[in-house]
Amino acid sequence: MAERKLFKGNEAVAEAAVRAGCRFFFGYPITPQNEIPEYMSRRLPEVGGVFLQAESEVAAINMVYGAAGAGVRVMTSSSSPGISLKQEGISYIAGAELPCLIVNMVRGGPGLGGIQPAQSDYFQAVKGGGHGDYHCIVFAPASVQEMVDLTMHAFDVAEKYRMPVMMLGDGVLGQMMEPVVFPDPAPRDLPTPDWATNGARDGRATRLINSIYIKPDDLLRHNHKLQAKFKQAQVDEVRCETVNTEDADIVLVAYGTSARVCRSAMDRARSEGLRVGLVRPITVSPFPYQVIADVARTARAFLAVEMSMGQMVEDVKLGALGAAPVHFYGTPGGIVPTAAAIVEEARKIAKAEVGK
Amino acid sequence: MKQVYAVPKALQPRATHYCPGCTHGIAHKLVAEAIDELGVRDRTVGVAPVGCAVFAYDYFDCDFQQASHGRAPAVATGIRRALPDAVVFAYQGDGDLASIGAAEIVHAAMRGERITVIFINNAIYGMTGGQMAPTTLVGQKTTTSPAGRKLEHAGSPIRIAEMLSTIPGAAYVARVALSSPAHVARAKRAIRKAFDTQLAGAGFSLVECLSTCPTNWGMAPIEAMTWLEENMIPYYPLGEFRTPEGGASNG
Ligand SMILES: Cc1ncc(C[n+]2csc(CCOP(=O)(O)OP(=O)(O)O)c2C)c(N)n1
Ligand code: SF4
Repeated sequence: MAERKLFKGNEAVAEAAVRAGCRFFFGYPITPQNEIPEYMSRRLPEVGGVFLQAESEVAAINMVYGAAGAGVRVMTSSSSPGISLKQEGISYIAGAELPCLIVNMVRGGPGLGGIQPAQSDYFQAVKGGGHGDYHCIVFAPASVQEMVDLTMHAFDVAEKYRMPVMMLGDGVLGQMMEPVVFPDPAPRDLPTPDWATNGARDGRATRLINSIYIKPDDLLRHNHKLQAKFKQAQVDEVRCETVNTEDADIVLVAYGTSARVCRSAMDRARSEGLRVGLVRPITVSPFPYQVIADVARTARAFLAVEMSMGQMVEDVKLGALGAAPVHFYGTPGGIVPTAAAIVEEARKIAKAEVGK
Repeated sequence: MKQVYAVPKALQPRATHYCPGCTHGIAHKLVAEAIDELGVRDRTVGVAPVGCAVFAYDYFDCDFQQASHGRAPAVATGIRRALPDAVVFAYQGDGDLASIGAAEIVHAAMRGERITVIFINNAIYGMTGGQMAPTTLVGQKTTTSPAGRKLEHAGSPIRIAEMLSTIPGAAYVARVALSSPAHVARAKRAIRKAFDTQLAGAGFSLVECLSTCPTNWGMAPIEAMTWLEENMIPYYPLGEFRTPEGGASNG
């Protein structure tokens, strides 16, 4: 049985990636995720890997493209302004169907914003971010252990779908210390994929990593193929936790750090006699629309809670499709909501909705 | 019968989409010949730019990746680090390398990245229809400098080979011209030397190829060759600016 160790979120992600067989890291410093590149700069050389500090996030994501195209497990990490710079590269990676992991420890924006934790880059993460019709698979962990488990899973998913996968965290998750268990690294040979451009040896046909389809018919087919993969992920990869939703009048919907606060808020509300439940999307792309739709049949109202001005709330509305009203409570700017404020919000909604 | 010409094995035997008189085709052939001579086709990975050479992978017969505009040196770095045994080259135009990708080329050189870059300087943006490049000569008319490039407005054209030769990690930096058989023969030697530099593990290598864009220069092919020799070579002197042995030579 693997032992429990106290780990900081950022370092746990890095160690989990190494254990998942990731041997290449390209990145550029930015708060609040610097522990990831710093950890990798020590750790990767120990396992025969390469850590390289790039000249910019633009360069880093394109190094990821090159290494992923060569068929190796590779990742980068950054925070909001840096992720904005990576968007063109992520679009190319999606277009060229390359697997990789992109960790985004979100901070408040827009512009230089602040360095405190935020969830204001949800749209960018789940709706595409870069140009063109594409989606990343986006995980939203809410604990250090979950960051470990999802990071290890992320590389498999990225390779299964040949899609970029994003880990959407924030400064709270990156900095918090929690005991974690690292699953033993699966001692398996990671085969070089049969599409990798690693030299056309032994007479094999040459290979191409590419996102240009100059003929509209070809690009149309390519887009259908990309969408079909994402549709499949919508069937097979959605992860979501539901707590106390069966009898709940008010159902909180939150991911990541705000979901942790919502859990306390739910417990407090219940102890005060308010029937509150929680839906916690673990994949925010693909989003658990069906879970929301199912809960909408019994709940009186949803309350989406985000550290933003309201982004995920739009997906909650899409899931509820009018079957239950969707309210919003948000704390942008690097503020983590308090459980008391969420309970207060839930109480107001309960009064209004139950009174109807 | 003596064979006087054969398509290099590292090129696919097909016609290119390049305009008549465009020197992209010559540069492709020289790169392919170097790959053939070194016998490394089966471990070569090329990186295509955004620019007229975006389809270079249709012509070279080796593994290829197509990079976003200007980022070929970063993509090549990713390949280089992932595949220590590979021969990695990037092929870039002057908008791609000297403008949008200026940071990536400088830092690839700084790291002494073991890649070879073929830099096509045709003093214009070809693919997008003839706009001003950072390499456009003062006075040269383009679609975005209709009265000719003005020094006080757009500055002097950038000399990439000279600039990169100040960087210690750049082991081999040369500038050649593709305008006459004699120049092409010299270009062939430089490109071969750039790949030799990579294979010897000496560091970063780049060959700047003064090239033509008859279509966007609005000239016939022969006129374009003459214009290159009379206008570009005086501003962009030919020669080796840095060699692994140390030293430089003008040729
Ligand atoms: C991010 C981005 N900006 C602009 C373009 C448009 N674009 C395509 S090719 C090109 C310039 C190519 O010129 P050059 O690098 O000199 O190569 P040439 O076509 O002359 O060989 C530009 C600006 C693009 N594709 N991507
Ligand atoms: S536009 Fe210019 S650079 Fe492009 S293929 Fe034609 S001649 Fe060559």
